[in-house]
Amino acid sequence: MISNTSVRAAVLGVVALAAVPAAAAEVNVYTYREKPLIQPLFDKFTQETGIKVNVVYGSKGLEERIKAEGQASPADVLMTVDAALLVRARELDITQPIKSAKVEAAVPAQFRDPDGNWVGFTYRARVIYASKDRVKDTKISYADLADPKWKGKFCVRSGQHPYNIALISAAIAHWGTDKTETWLKGVKANLTGKPAGNDRSQVKAIFSGECDIALGNTYYYGLMANNDKEPEQKEWAKSVKVIFPTFETGGSHVNIGGAALTKYAPHKDEAMKLIEFMASDEAQEAYASLNYEYPVKPGIGVAQTIKDLGAVTPDKINLGEVAKHRGAAADLVDKVGFDNGPAS
Amino acid sequence: MSLATETSTTITTGDIPPLAPATRADRPWIVAVAVVAALAVAPLAAILAISTLNISGETGATWAHLLSTVLPGTALTTVLLMVGVGLVTAVVGTVAAWIVAMCRFPGRGVFEWALLLPLAIPTYIVAYVHVELLDFTGPVQGAIRAVFGFKSARDYWFPDIRSLPSAIFVMSSVLYPYVYIPARAMFGLQSATTLEVARTLGAGPWRVFFRVALPLARPALVVGVTLVLMETLNDIGAVEYLGVKTLTFSIYDTWLNRGSLGGAAQLATVMLVIVFALITAERHARRHQRFHGASTKVRAATGYKLGGRMAALAFLACLTPVLIGFVVPAGMLADYTSRRLDTFLDPTVQRAALDSFLLAVAAALVTVAAGLVVAYAMRVSRTRVVAALARFASVGYAVPGTVLALGILVPLSGIDNLIDRTAKLLTGHGTGLVLIASGAGLVYAYFSRFLAAAFGSIESGLARVSVHLDMAARTLGRSGGRVLTEIHMPLIRPVLVSAGILVFVDAMKELPATLLLKPFNFETLATFVYAQASREAVADGAPAALLIVLVGLVPLVTLSRIGRGREARLSGRRTRARDTT
Repeated sequence: MISNTSVRAAVLGVVALAAVPAAAAEVNVYTYREKPLIQPLFDKFTQETGIKVNVVYGSKGLEERIKAEGQASPADVLMTVDAALLVRARELDITQPIKSAKVEAAVPAQFRDPDGNWVGFTYRARVIYASKDRVKDTKISYADLADPKWKGKFCVRSGQHPYNIALISAAIAHWGTDKTETWLKGVKANLTGKPAGNDRSQVKAIFSGECDIALGNTYYYGLMANNDKEPEQKEWAKSVKVIFPTFETGGSHVNIGGAALTKYAPHKDEAMKLIEFMASDEAQEAYASLNYEYPVKPGIGVAQTIKDLGAVTPDKINLGEVAKHRGAAADLVDKVGFDNGPAS
Repeated sequence: MSLATETSTTITTGDIPPLAPATRADRPWIVAVAVVAALAVAPLAAILAISTLNISGETGATWAHLLSTVLPGTALTTVLLMVGVGLVTAVVGTVAAWIVAMCRFPGRGVFEWALLLPLAIPTYIVAYVHVELLDFTGPVQGAIRAVFGFKSARDYWFPDIRSLPSAIFVMSSVLYPYVYIPARAMFGLQSATTLEVARTLGAGPWRVFFRVALPLARPALVVGVTLVLMETLNDIGAVEYLGVKTLTFSIYDTWLNRGSLGGAAQLATVMLVIVFALITAERHARRHQRFHGASTKVRAATGYKLGGRMAALAFLACLTPVLIGFVVPAGMLADYTSRRLDTFLDPTVQRAALDSFLLAVAAALVTVAAGLVVAYAMRVSRTRVVAALARFASVGYAVPGTVLALGILVPLSGIDNLIDRTAKLLTGHGTGLVLIASGAGLVYAYFSRFLAAAFGSIESGLARVSVHLDMAARTLGRSGGRVLTEIHMPLIRPVLVSAGILVFVDAMKELPATLLLKPFNFETLATFVYAQASREAVADGAPAALLIVLVGLVPLVTLSRIGRGREARLSGRRTRARDTT
């Protein structure tokens, strides 16, 4: 027998649920991007459209989180700085195709998923930072990193970091697994010590004389060379030159910063507006000037600091193709014990 | 506030005879502990399910690959790290606790609370500061170069700062209070009579320490070291930054970096085996020990008055951990902060501070209540079932927050999705993720992770209350619940408070689970600091890190006050009176 009170409570509960306001003009973003590099763009978007951007900044596992949250996930847009993670999001079945003529017109096919499940807004090259004083070479290829002449002179962040996994995946795509393994062993033998820190710390290590060459992304050069908050980073940047390494086919390994539209996006219209905004000229220019990245849209200029480094020729291989080797690359890093340093 | 009331301590060997078998009145306790255990274990069960069911749809022989490449190295590293940190914290924590509890020397009153300070600093922050201080561009090497005229890193040798010894050093410097707190409480509670008897029988201070005090304090030490080891197992920030590949790190990495949830869950299973071994070892170490205090007034031990060289030595022994674990890192953070004062005006940071505080308080209340339920249920019903349940409930602590978060995310999202769908049916639009958005998931994660901490100290506190009291009260017709509220809780209040404080500080510092479970537009101080730190912009995170430290200090002040209590102050006065005559 159900009492009057519980009926009333149930009715009130339903009323309370009904009182939840319908979705306001807002969009929810899960992103791996660093806040200072992306928030200004969100602010611009809000200014122009009045749409509020709510952000979850994460360093790892955001796509796993969206998967776990299921249909009720608040996420509308997932933004990453690695194509493989966007591909992974697609594999996890948490994306839907982005159908937009504007996006397709702005972003070259090389930087998009053929089925539209993800789109790149910017790209960056993984290049060699070399000591101005101690390295005379002007050309070093990816293959050369395994050359014994660099023994004890090379430093890099963890082999398992997405930036390095993407590079090793690209190497597998070019050379196959066996050759890549031999190469990775050679590179490991050249390490100064255990891989640690991030791309900036490698440049700092060159500045301090710990190593002569290192791998890092292009935009870090711009961020360091223009860092007024931490002027010592300007000194680090001054101590190095940037060499664009290439594969035999003549391109440098690039990776993208991009986005996917989630499968159950509760604010799909707003999410599409945001994605289209990111592909707009204005946002592309802001990316270039604020973050020192290469905008994907042809004809948009890059920041002067990056221009001065010389022209980049992106590797022609499709990033989706590269992402397929992600697991194999991670396995290789383990197999050769890359992160244990040169002595192991 | 009275220190535990006892004058005589008896040690009985052999298992304690069980109380009268659980009566009908005890059944609610057993149900309660089962509920707590079920809640605490649910995320782990989810993880185990993932590791066997492979719900993430992965391909291939993940396990075989991990077994051959990752596991041996990481397991060895993990063991070495645990042994190192365990030894260092046990020695530092015990020595400091003994000196503070039993010796009288200038500065002792300050050290009593100052030794707790490192608790307020998260391991990863210390790791950052450590590297900032010691790396090439830091002040230490800068000074070396200035003095000797070196130019580059090639001109001189300097130890590798991103290494296992570094990690042991860094983690021990902030984890030793986990040993110091229970050890000091135990030494402080030890009956003056016992120690004085030993002294009148001609035992010197060293002998009293090793033959009487230490054995008596062993349960507390074991609890403390176990907590330290679990913290060590849990840490991600410091080991990741110092390039030490532990098992925890590979779990984190396998799931989040390689997207192999199944593989991560399988590694987590190995981790659980280690944790079980730890807990079993801890139980084993304490199985022959029971302490009963008769209920008479306590008299604080008078302690050893140190003079001259010994006083200086004691002073140094206490000063060193405080310097390394707090003064230097906090000083460095303060220095960075002084150049970034505008950060404090940042509303993001202000709200993060408030959110962190509220979350940590909620976590402390929930967790202590649950810990008390479990500890008391174990007392009421000494059956294998309850003991096993209690052990189960403690496991969450040693599971990396990231993995735990996932184990919570899966079931919680399921419930949230159910609510969402129901609301859609009823009202036409969904509610989104109610539980996750409200922060319930976070509190749940903290509860699951820190139950062991609360339970461990409450249990050792309860163990000091004579079972004769229970028997007497029960004979007088009091129910289990009333015995708890009328007798035990007042007696073990300091233990409850200190358990709450441990949980609070831990929750303030917790990072991996928070990163994954935090609702929208929600930052805690920890996630904010980590975001800065992972950009290697340690300086930018310094103001928020300093806030974590400051907020963490508030409860520490309370803790040290409680530790001293009225009797301690009395005895201090007595000592002073004696000194002046």
